[in-house]
Amino acid sequence: MFFNKLKQIIFGITAFSLLIISEAALADYMNVLNLTEGVTPTSKMVYGLHMQILYIVTAIGVVVFSVMCWSIYHHRKSKGAVAEQFHHSTTAEITWTIIPIIILVVMAIPATKALVFMEQTGDAEMTIKVTGYQWKWKYDYLDDDISFFSSMSKDSNDARQLGSGIDPKTIENYLLDVDNRVVLPINTKIRILTTAADVIHDWWVPALGWKRDAIPGFINDNWTYIEEPGVYRGKCAELCGRDHAFMPIVVEAVPKAEYAVWVEEQKTMQLAAAEGAEREWTKDELLEKGKDVYAANCTACHMAEGQGVEGLFPALSGSAIVNNTDASEMIMLILNGKNMMPAFKDILNDADIAAAMTHERNSWGNTVKDVIQPSDVKAMR
Amino acid sequence: MSEAVIHDDHHDHKPSGIGRWLFSTNHKDIGTMYLVFALIMFFVGGAMSMVIRAELFQPGIQYVDPQFYNSMVTVHALVMIFGALMPAGVGLANWMVPLMIGAPDMALPRMNNMSFWILPFAFTLLLSTFFMQGGAPAGGWTMYPPLVLQLGDGFPYLVFAVHFLGISSIMGAINIIATVFNMRAPGMTFMRLPLFVWAWIITAFLLIAAMPVLAGGVTMLLTDKYFGTAFFDAAGGGDPVMFQHIFWFFGHPEVYILVLPSFGVISQIIPTFSRKPLFGYTSMVYATASIAFLSFFVWAHHMFTVGMPLTGELFFMYATMSIAVPTGVKIFNWMATMWRGSMTFETPMLFAIGVLFMFSIGGFSGLMMGITPVDFQYHDTYFIVAHFHYVIVPGIIFGIIGGIYFWLPKWTGNMYDEKLGKLHFWISTISVNVLFFPMHFIGLAGMPRRIPDYSVQFADWNSIISIGGFVFGASQLILVWVVIKCVRGGEKATDQVWEGAHGLEWTLPSPPPFHTFTTPPKVTDATAHS
Repeated sequence: MFFNKLKQIIFGITAFSLLIISEAALADYMNVLNLTEGVTPTSKMVYGLHMQILYIVTAIGVVVFSVMCWSIYHHRKSKGAVAEQFHHSTTAEITWTIIPIIILVVMAIPATKALVFMEQTGDAEMTIKVTGYQWKWKYDYLDDDISFFSSMSKDSNDARQLGSGIDPKTIENYLLDVDNRVVLPINTKIRILTTAADVIHDWWVPALGWKRDAIPGFINDNWTYIEEPGVYRGKCAELCGRDHAFMPIVVEAVPKAEYAVWVEEQKTMQLAAAEGAEREWTKDELLEKGKDVYAANCTACHMAEGQGVEGLFPALSGSAIVNNTDASEMIMLILNGKNMMPAFKDILNDADIAAAMTHERNSWGNTVKDVIQPSDVKAMR
Repeated sequence: MSEAVIHDDHHDHKPSGIGRWLFSTNHKDIGTMYLVFALIMFFVGGAMSMVIRAELFQPGIQYVDPQFYNSMVTVHALVMIFGALMPAGVGLANWMVPLMIGAPDMALPRMNNMSFWILPFAFTLLLSTFFMQGGAPAGGWTMYPPLVLQLGDGFPYLVFAVHFLGISSIMGAINIIATVFNMRAPGMTFMRLPLFVWAWIITAFLLIAAMPVLAGGVTMLLTDKYFGTAFFDAAGGGDPVMFQHIFWFFGHPEVYILVLPSFGVISQIIPTFSRKPLFGYTSMVYATASIAFLSFFVWAHHMFTVGMPLTGELFFMYATMSIAVPTGVKIFNWMATMWRGSMTFETPMLFAIGVLFMFSIGGFSGLMMGITPVDFQYHDTYFIVAHFHYVIVPGIIFGIIGGIYFWLPKWTGNMYDEKLGKLHFWISTISVNVLFFPMHFIGLAGMPRRIPDYSVQFADWNSIISIGGFVFGASQLILVWVVIKCVRGGEKATDQVWEGAHGLEWTLPSPPPFHTFTTPPKVTDATAHS
């Protein structure tokens, strides 16, 4: 009777599982099973090694588990098995010490080769520096003097808020899309330096075949050589605080000629942005820009309506600092950070900070309603 | 004198009221308190994992703020490791080590009381952080700086809780070593000790070596935050990675601190239900000792991605792979013990066989992750979550639960309900695999760990994993039911309890009197464990 019940339970669970599987099409499950083969010599080597070791341990598993099952089936008291009393066999013990050692050596040889290959960071044709921030990435193209931040795209950010009511399945590339992509040339040996500004992050694009920690105060040295054009997505892999899940990476690999065009575009854009910080802005201009800057840099903690998070992040709505007619304390706080608040002096330019402040001081019932100019911020640096 | 001893045994008088527990110096009562505490913490930590699985049931954030989710991940681990697994292991040792070696009690009974009663205070400190400004620890149980230093008012409570837990563990370890070294019955030589006792001696030495390192590490965090030092701050000449080296120098031996007692338990269970002596006793002892020794040389495999020199990576890869050899020896010895035995499959044996199969799966994925170049892909994904949960849940927890079923009749004098025990085993085994096996898939396919929300291609597997989690969580209530039922009554257990049981503990009445072996028994080869 007991076993009948058990059978019913097992049957129920199996039927329920099948129901879920059939409903969501088996293909969805089959696509999410294994490591990616990737698009670099490293990733292909790693994939090959992974499969080789997987086959070896699976084979060991099949042999060991078969022997155990055979023994469990045949050496049962209920089948009349009588226990022997042996408790020692030097031959057997030496055998099952030596054979694993041989298997391990067989695994260690290709692993050593792969590791030596991966650590050759010399002869790079170009270098980019990746800096992790809570919670976005900064990319510096050291050879071309290009520098920009890359944050998660707005539609993903809206949908991922607690109780947003937006179905993530309706968002294209949910949690995997950014505002500014890292554009890289194909068939080029690229040196990628990782570091961080606040806490430890980890820059990981599975298709490149490795991940590496980004550590504040230290620089890690890596390289990649992308063989196929395409868009490759990744994520931060080291717990870095509240929004660790929300700092994706998007690498766009393009042919060399296309890359050269992109570099020129970036240089022109950066020049225009630098000029913007010098001139006088109108209130409408600042409010419009400020909304975007706030959404990309501030909402994670201070939330969309400036309400903050009780006990963790202070509200900006009604805040004494925000409503102070003397803006200097607020400017200093934004520039230099405090506790969990990061220092924004290297993250945002004067126009960005002025715009965000103007937005904050004119929203959510805040009373100052004044205009902060980029020159005000510049004066406090 | 011997009259007085017999008098004591006969009357079996126990102190009454709450004082019996508060001031207890009796190894059996303290063992019971450890086990009950561990069970409570198992459900506290389990409740947190239910929050985690509920949040991950679907993509998007439905129930908790990401910061609170990170607290759940962090405190779940701390509670399970320091509150459930370690106290459960110490509880089994308290109950069984004196009975197995023929000692009247632990060597240091008052310290035994203290090492237990520190635990509730330590966990009050830890869990009170949920009600503080800045919330509970949310930087992972590994407490990596600089992230952990961003914690608010709860930070010193975390550090002091870890200090107290360390003190408690070290006192427990000293007690076990003192007991085994000084209080063995005449004739109970070291190489006649039951393997559970051997596993615990080795664990105790690991504890004494590893816990002070953790205490030092968290103290340095404390001074970094409040006293202006810069051990882990590059801006002051420190190095955040140094903390990881310190932490994992503790952390890897800690893995074996958790697993060896469980190995000890199944080394008792398998010979009993195979009705055959343990195969390769000597090599079991040496294999356990070498696993413990090697565990101090592999710590950096937890942090391959921090960027070490090539030679460092190679050293830690080879050292890690070499641990597979003694671990394999243990698995093969258990198989050889079963081989040509006469097996029956009562609940303890089912759990022990479950350990053999599923710990091996955790061992295989562990070997895969020891291969440094591939670990660069596996690191910090759900593949590692799958790996260590296979080792901890169906490896360690199944071993401890097997031990509880194995010794429950001895402790209570009543047989537990075998049908319920088997039901518990089967539901747990099926659900634990539904829970943890698909984590291998999503990890390989690229889902990082410690995230409250994920991209939609992982949604289907995560739903299945969560269902497995809920079933597994609920099925542990069967264990509580079985234990309560068994304590309240049931078929009377014999002294030997199990047909194939050998050793001193099975010569005592079930339940054993409050004071046992006040006259030491004489141990010969015939009466020793196999």
